[in-house]
Amino acid sequence: MNGTGILKGLGVTLKHFIQTYVDDIRYGGRKYLGMENFEVRQGLKAQGAFTVQYPDEKIAVPERFRFVPFLVVNEDDHPDAPGKDWCTSCGICAKVCPPQCIWIVRSEDPVTKRPVPEPEAFFIDIDICMNCGYCAEFCPFDAIKMDHDYELADFDRTGTHIHDKPKLSKPYEYYYNIAPTTAAEEAQARGGWEHPDVIKAKKKSGEPVMEQPWFMLRAEDPEARARAEAERAAKAAAAAESTVSEADIAAERQARRAEALARHRAWAAKKN
Amino acid sequence: MTDQAIMPVPTEALDTQGAIDWLKDKYPEAVQDDTRQGYGGVVVDRSQLTKIAHAIRDDLGYDYLSSATAVDYLGISDHIEMVYHAYRTAGGPPLVFKAQTPRENAEIPSVVSVWPGADFQEREAYDLFGIQFSGHPNLKRILLWEGFDGHPMRKDWQEAYYEEEHKPFESRWPKGWVRRAEELNVFGKNVRYPADLDLSRLTDVSEDSLYKGMGLGVDVQEIVQEGEHIKTDRLIVNMGPHHPSTHGVFRMIAELDGETIEALEPVMGYLHRNHEKIGERNAWLMNIPFTDRLDYISSMGNNMGYVQAVEKLLAQGARYTPPTYRAEVIRVLMVELTRIVNHLWAIGFLLNDLGAFFTPALYAIAEREKVLDFFEATAGSRMMCNYMRFQGVAKDLPERIHSTAVTVNDKVRDYNTMEFLTELINERLPRSIDELDHFLTESEIIKTRAMGVGILPPEMAIAYSAAGPLLRASNVPYDVRRAEPYSIYPELDFDVCVRPNGDVYDRYLIRLDEMRESVRILKQVLQRLEATHGEDIFSGNKAIYMPRVPVGESYGRVENPKGELGFYCVSEGDPKGPQNPWRYHVRAPSFINLTPLGVMCKGHKVADVVVILGSIDIVLGETDR
Ligand code: SF4
Ligand code: SF4
Repeated sequence: MNGTGILKGLGVTLKHFIQTYVDDIRYGGRKYLGMENFEVRQGLKAQGAFTVQYPDEKIAVPERFRFVPFLVVNEDDHPDAPGKDWCTSCGICAKVCPPQCIWIVRSEDPVTKRPVPEPEAFFIDIDICMNCGYCAEFCPFDAIKMDHDYELADFDRTGTHIHDKPKLSKPYEYYYNIAPTTAAEEAQARGGWEHPDVIKAKKKSGEPVMEQPWFMLRAEDPEARARAEAERAAKAAAAAESTVSEADIAAERQARRAEALARHRAWAAKKN
Repeated sequence: MTDQAIMPVPTEALDTQGAIDWLKDKYPEAVQDDTRQGYGGVVVDRSQLTKIAHAIRDDLGYDYLSSATAVDYLGISDHIEMVYHAYRTAGGPPLVFKAQTPRENAEIPSVVSVWPGADFQEREAYDLFGIQFSGHPNLKRILLWEGFDGHPMRKDWQEAYYEEEHKPFESRWPKGWVRRAEELNVFGKNVRYPADLDLSRLTDVSEDSLYKGMGLGVDVQEIVQEGEHIKTDRLIVNMGPHHPSTHGVFRMIAELDGETIEALEPVMGYLHRNHEKIGERNAWLMNIPFTDRLDYISSMGNNMGYVQAVEKLLAQGARYTPPTYRAEVIRVLMVELTRIVNHLWAIGFLLNDLGAFFTPALYAIAEREKVLDFFEATAGSRMMCNYMRFQGVAKDLPERIHSTAVTVNDKVRDYNTMEFLTELINERLPRSIDELDHFLTESEIIKTRAMGVGILPPEMAIAYSAAGPLLRASNVPYDVRRAEPYSIYPELDFDVCVRPNGDVYDRYLIRLDEMRESVRILKQVLQRLEATHGEDIFSGNKAIYMPRVPVGESYGRVENPKGELGFYCVSEGDPKGPQNPWRYHVRAPSFINLTPLGVMCKGHKVADVVVILGSIDIVLGETDR
């Protein structure tokens, strides 16, 4: 009979409509309140609507989620090398990056001019980054990782979208928090919780490697915590006394960048 | 036809080598083996191309032209070459033949008269390589506009922000003081126009050429009177590029008589970014995330096509090991989930085009969310998966799909991956497919609007190189997974779906059928996943980021949800030099499936055009590349 098909279809719509409320009644307020009951709504058996009220509530992203990368550094109170970059400026991530948005300046020894395994500057142009995750996948030192912070919208593209080293650097603790399973797997592959070079050196000299990441050890050991606090305070005092201000450093960087740009321009002009 | 008498037409289907020998016997002076290292097939003298193409189709039975593309061998042998991959719809490997032309005044006869499906592909080669196809009925630019200077896929053409021939660029390390491209090359100084282009008449010029191609002048207001019919105006209507029904930035020029379509021509390229040129600047590995951006609904399938093409090349080298079994199982899991996602999307949006605004679409894509959650937890991204690698996949499935809350309003979910997949594949997806079926199939409105609309007869579907659901809904049981099997498909039990009528309704139905077949495959994959738990997902050395790809050509194709997706790659692998593809071509189903759009729309009403386009299921990221 004509029209039955439509009626049947409308029945499906009605079913969806009702199902949402049936689910509501079945779970009561639990469907919307509380942390763990979120699973009721988003769970495998959930029926009806399972929308999320963004931004009042957000779905935490899974571990492997990848967004604009960041650089792993030691915590500020790390006993061996506070705040040290894990990056050795080997350049692999810059080479493997498909849209070529990673820019690295390798440090040089001021006297011998020989390369030092540490980046002097590190930039990622996040307008160009395609979040592919290759940099993190191929970095041999686990020094660059994909972030979970996806809310990067902002009003000015030119001023803020080139992330520099201070902006990119995040302590290992942060990385561990967003991706504990992956971090543990990687630590196992490295043979310890520290930077691969540190582990290698320690193994050579017979020194014991850390059995847990530093931030966990610190939490367990009040003495270490106090020592770290003191060290951090001393460092801050030294920085306050230092005659070289942040602004000076930034100005110098700017000047070197301008110099590089002039070089690029000259090169481009010659090509054309 | 005296030579025909000497060389009888083969009565049974010859294998590829037999076909090549037959061709060489019949045209000894015009057909030669392609003897270059790593190459296959034959090189055909271009002056006899059309004749030989006829023989290939009619006498040898290669009725389906999958891909026709060009390669510029500047600096190697200094010619441009057209490469054709012809298949039999009965299945089997391709017959590859090539025609060469000098770079200056490049000219090759058109094969459109043999395979109409070459139409857009030859226009693309004309547009990007500057090859004149003599005998092509409508040779004009297709992806770029008329005011574009030069032919960008030629090796000596450089883009506005040109930096170096190949990545990685020198300036990034170790002295990478950052700059933006626009600081170096300011807008306004980076656009070139052809010398004879009159900028003041820009719009007129380009529009003029478009309408001329349809056999019309620019002034189209012409009154036709036919017998007792009501007086109707013939006029030209532009649908798109900004129109919700075009699924992106796509334009159709329709010539109407009253409300009836007399002729229709698709205009595309608004999203063109010269993916292939980027691909040739890239290193081999870098192209995988770029393929995600082609058909962004089914990035897993794109990954698979590309890695297979490159693996074929790698296999000619010494230190190659094929992907492990578990890797293949995971790949098939991913692409079949993608197929379901894509078809859910296609059906949902077909209904949008039919006017059922968003209720069916939302019901259809609800389950897609779950699949994307799984992709996100496994590959790291919901749509831009970048998951497959040469010789394997990036990572094994995680034990659990879970997350860590970082902020207070972060909500946490935590599932066991295998339980999640089992529930999804055994319960949720079949339920959702059945529900769609129940919801839509019998609806009288859909039947009235879709049955008998946009009919594409089987012989035409083949001739126009239609692929995927479009081809199979036209009663041609051709599916790459069966016709030229790859991965673990030979051991999986599934049927190739066909529908007999070739109209919009059948294209809707075939997507339902294919989703059901995919579920069937997925159930078998689940068992294999469990059986291979813990095995390697990668063979070879994971740390290699610049694989050495042996010299040669390869064509890898997969049955993507939208149709046959092919990648034609050429490596000139200088062992010391940069490791980049010399040629990287995408045979895009969304692009080639548009070739018969005009024919399908003829005689229908304007509202039907929207539905017919929706039933082809295109994605502009792939059409325009
Ligand atoms: S690959 Fe790792 S160590 Fe090397 S430069 Fe990049 S971040 Fe630093
Ligand atoms: S995620 Fe990809 S695009 Fe972004 S910086 Fe890393 S390698 Fe480059």
